[in-house]
Amino acid sequence: MPELYIVRNSPIHRLDARLKVIFTLAFILSLSLTPFRAWAAYILFLTITLSIALLSRLDMVTLFKRALLALPFALAALPLIFSTALPHSLWINLSGFQVSISPEGTARFASIALKAWISVQAAILLAATTRFPDLLAALQRLKVPAVFIAISGLMWRYLFVISDEVSRSLRARSSRSGAASASLHTGGSLFWRARVTGGMAGSLFLRSIERSDRVYAAMLSRGYTGELPTGDAMPFSRTERGILVLGILLLILLWLLAILSGG
Amino acid sequence: MLLSSNPMHIPDGFLSVLVSLGMWLISAVIIGIALRKTKDELGEREVPLMGVLAAAIFAGQMLNFSVAGGTSGHLLGAAIATILVGPWAAILVMTSVISVQALLFQDGGILALGANLFNMAIVGVFVSYAVYNLLLRLFKKQPWGIFAAGFAAAWASIFIASLACALQLALSGTSPANITVPTMGAIHALIGSGEGLITTGALFFLLATRKDLLKLGEASPTSNKSILIGGSLIGLTLVVLSPLASTHPDGLEWVAEQNGFIEHAKAAAYTLIPDYAIPGITNPALATIAAGILGGVIVFAVAYGIARAEKRTAQQESLQE
Repeated sequence: MPELYIVRNSPIHRLDARLKVIFTLAFILSLSLTPFRAWAAYILFLTITLSIALLSRLDMVTLFKRALLALPFALAALPLIFSTALPHSLWINLSGFQVSISPEGTARFASIALKAWISVQAAILLAATTRFPDLLAALQRLKVPAVFIAISGLMWRYLFVISDEVSRSLRARSSRSGAASASLHTGGSLFWRARVTGGMAGSLFLRSIERSDRVYAAMLSRGYTGELPTGDAMPFSRTERGILVLGILLLILLWLLAILSGG
Repeated sequence: MLLSSNPMHIPDGFLSVLVSLGMWLISAVIIGIALRKTKDELGEREVPLMGVLAAAIFAGQMLNFSVAGGTSGHLLGAAIATILVGPWAAILVMTSVISVQALLFQDGGILALGANLFNMAIVGVFVSYAVYNLLLRLFKKQPWGIFAAGFAAAWASIFIASLACALQLALSGTSPANITVPTMGAIHALIGSGEGLITTGALFFLLATRKDLLKLGEASPTSNKSILIGGSLIGLTLVVLSPLASTHPDGLEWVAEQNGFIEHAKAAAYTLIPDYAIPGITNPALATIAAGILGGVIVFAVAYGIARAEKRTAQQESLQE
């Protein structure tokens, strides 16, 4: 499993996780609030993610590439280009087919794809510069219910153990040619393959439920009373408050710019 | 593997802010109820069971089997979680899985997380609970009843959730309903079959090894009647609404236009600035100039900020050496 936190010694890594969470949320919210065709503002939003990547000493090419992850979803917005409902449709004759291309629709599609790409970058930056336990602690201090934090924390702890288990069972299946298709005369029919995979899933859940019993017993023996201990909440220092206010102010300025320049 | 983008995890930027925030509100309320209910039901055992099971669902999404032409069926898990631990607990398990996927693996957006939770954790669980229980009652006598009910529940959870997802996209004005609804529905009818087959296989295994576990979800029938009704209602509404929306997309588009939050916000900003800062900004040339100045100030601020921060780090590093 890819470790998403990237160890670096940078001011962004050292920043309070709460601050990073708030800023990421505000960033994505203000980017979402920008109108279509605010190209200048999009470029400035991109400069912010770029600068933060630079400050965190992360590799920008990897960041941009990983952020492309959201783009397959852009297919959902693709019909906008051919929309006939939007004004100024160009009609293009493609060997008998009449295809309408709407410049307005194309601009909207490009805006949506760009905004999605930049938003994913912001989310990647948060995950790459913040350790998951710190992120959870920050979320708890930002009033996310404690039970939910405890569940997610425990899940994170066992995720690697259990995904190793899954990899082992997948390896066992392929070593018995169980994954091959029926045309190779090794595996069985589609239903047979589905049943084998279902059996693997069933045994995974069974083992996990049994594991949770052992985990619970171990927790009880260490004095678990239904509440997980949490660290002390440190108030924001003056510099941190300053950074937060400046950052939000910058986002508001950017949003105003987008509204003035977009349409 | 865990980074494969799923066609149902909506990234940020595809939903309008109004739809995103509305979905956040609905999801937060229902997850809040689920938190209270599971605390009553499971007590302090809740955290370890939910946590380990969430990890299992997360990792279990790696399990796949080849279907045809390079495509593969794989597990998403809402139905099997519902059958194993009951609806309220399943909502919490799926919520953890989907939130961590969004926060750590960027599978699905952060602002769009509310909508993703609604589709996959809430609609998915409610619908599979309703379908599973209704069919189980219907096929009570048959030995294959539990498998048929499991398959249908898993298939319906994926299919109906995809309809909800398509309607949210249409409501946001991102995608016309007459294209999105049939496409999303068709793709997920197929994905749902894979989910259904694996869920059935899992039930086959669990029935042979730990029959008692399959009873757990029905532990408190009184409190779950609301979910039975709620799940049926959600399913029926979406199934009826989607074809309507896709044959009469004008209605939805009208809503999307009314939803034009941005346009209202734009008008607000135009009235804000002439009153307070630069009078007569209604002139488009002046607006452009103002935008240019604003842009210049922002670029300068960012550049200055970076330079200062870099300088400070460099100083700190030289001090450490």
